[in-house]
Amino acid sequence: MGNEKTRILVVDDEEIVRESLSGWLLEDGYTVLTAPDGPAAVERLLAEPWSALLVDLKMPGMDGLQVLEEARKRQPDAAVVIMTAYATVDTAVSAMKLGAYDYLVKPFDPEELSLMMQKIVAQQALLRENAVLRKALKREYRFRDLVSKSSAMQAVFELARVAARANSTILVLGESGTGKEVMARAIHAESPRAEGPFVAVSCAALTESLLESELFGHEKGAFTGAVARRKGNFEAASGGTLFLDEVGDITPKLQLELLRVLEERKFQRVGGTEPIEVDVRIIAATNRDLKKAVSEGKFREDLFYRLNVIPVILPPLRERREDLPLLVESLLEQLAIELKRPIDGISNEAMAAVMVHDWPGNVRELRNVLERGAVVCSGSRLQLADLGMGAAAGQPASSASSAVVPASLEEVERRHIGAVLEHTGGNVSQAARILGIDRVTLYSKMKKYDLRRPGDPDAGA
Amino acid sequence: MSGIILWWIGEKDPDAGTLEQVRARLERAFKVPARLRTDPARPSAWDPRRRQHNSTQILHWLGQAAPALGLEQGVRLLGVTDQDLFIPILTFVFGEAQLGGPAAVVSTARLQDETGTLGERLLLERWVKEAAHELGHAYGLIHCATPRCVMARSSSLREVDVKSWEFCRDCRARLDGARPDGE
Repeated sequence: MGNEKTRILVVDDEEIVRESLSGWLLEDGYTVLTAPDGPAAVERLLAEPWSALLVDLKMPGMDGLQVLEEARKRQPDAAVVIMTAYATVDTAVSAMKLGAYDYLVKPFDPEELSLMMQKIVAQQALLRENAVLRKALKREYRFRDLVSKSSAMQAVFELARVAARANSTILVLGESGTGKEVMARAIHAESPRAEGPFVAVSCAALTESLLESELFGHEKGAFTGAVARRKGNFEAASGGTLFLDEVGDITPKLQLELLRVLEERKFQRVGGTEPIEVDVRIIAATNRDLKKAVSEGKFREDLFYRLNVIPVILPPLRERREDLPLLVESLLEQLAIELKRPIDGISNEAMAAVMVHDWPGNVRELRNVLERGAVVCSGSRLQLADLGMGAAAGQPASSASSAVVPASLEEVERRHIGAVLEHTGGNVSQAARILGIDRVTLYSKMKKYDLRRPGDPDAGA
Repeated sequence: MSGIILWWIGEKDPDAGTLEQVRARLERAFKVPARLRTDPARPSAWDPRRRQHNSTQILHWLGQAAPALGLEQGVRLLGVTDQDLFIPILTFVFGEAQLGGPAAVVSTARLQDETGTLGERLLLERWVKEAAHELGHAYGLIHCATPRCVMARSSSLREVDVKSWEFCRDCRARLDGARPDGE
């Protein structure tokens, strides 16, 4: 029947029920395992993925609702069906509130059980298909280690792909944490120099003389302590790419030396006389406004033009909020591998906080917040408290683009609902889920605050 | 001799003509000899709380009876009863089988309509289908997604009536492969 992919865990303290139900399910070709109590079920949840759990409500020790809670935390995609011999409205409501897929009263009508299993199989197939499509979409949205679906970033990716094939100098501009080095590495990896070295140097981290020696190397005896000849970054990057981070911070002397290398493709080691040919592609980056620095006389205009052959500008995260869910997913995938922890995603509440935060530290700040969350979270799904966003959680941080002024609670609610609706592209059901309220409540609040969906007549008024 | 043994284990006297027709149809469906067994022994599987017979207990009873009957390996023993069957988790079952095992049981109790006036031909069709279905499990077949195949799951009379009494091509191939002696 092709059902073997559907893995079902039957949790019941009565052996006869476990045997009877698993026998019935095996006839449909499902993969079925059983657990005699809550702790054994949790062990199985930790060890293997499940499509569905059929869980008895009343069990000694850990009851069915506790197993349900664990399952929601650890495997939120698994459908949990609560089985009970004592159907009351209260237990049914509690189970559904905790996220049960359905509940069944023992003994089950065979047709009811059969239909429910068919629905679960169909739902699981949709989830699998969804995962495949999301993966395919993510490939579309990916430029090496960078992910984005925003049109601005898609244009940047396109430019970077084209620029990578040429040998021209590239200037990557963007606020701190926007991923300038990641972009430089991506360009290198996409370039014909991909097999060559990628050497990164932070120009702001070193003093003038150290940076000079770092970049160009030195001859033996060039200065006190130069006990041996040393090759610099230009030589180390030969045949590859040299990434000069924070190039806006270099001193006038080094600006001139760098200009010479760029013009003549030659340089000399510190203390040396012999010109050395260079075959490197320069990618420079800065978070400074170089044009302003030029106009203020702090940065050489000729060097600026030499570096600014192909400018690649990375927009700050607050200007591409639509990327946040994608970035969260992508970063959590990376963190799961790095931290060797099973991480399935973040709760709606936590995502809502991520969506409204201004991320002044951009992707780097987001990664740090998620890494903290991934380390401290108890289940596989990050909760709001795990992120440690403190006062910032759920509140926009101050920034030039969205200065926070004292506002009434209603005003904050109005803004937040507006932001979530914008994020969902006007999808009210999705927005209601993120906000944790039902659609009717959301509609009444939209009416109250005169909020319209993007695309509605007079939207954005 | 290997094949199928059809054993009436119901409470009322069986209709010999109907039993013979079921036997003949099963012989055609499984392409192995099928024979009737007449033996007054009956399982004790009555559950006073459910007021039904526990089909799993009947299966155990049949499973234990099989070697005692001196049945050789590969023989499938199908108990047929007029009593209403259940498994603990379900309100009723039409039948039950040991998946890939020697025993199966099928009940005619729920194959009748509420008025009991169902035409004999339709009742026979339902009986043959459910008997073939449970025997299919005993030969190791699981449920089939082809609605007309006799191995399609039937949880209601409507679903019993939708399917035919024959195996689809895939199930037929599996069935033929499941008989090591190539019967």
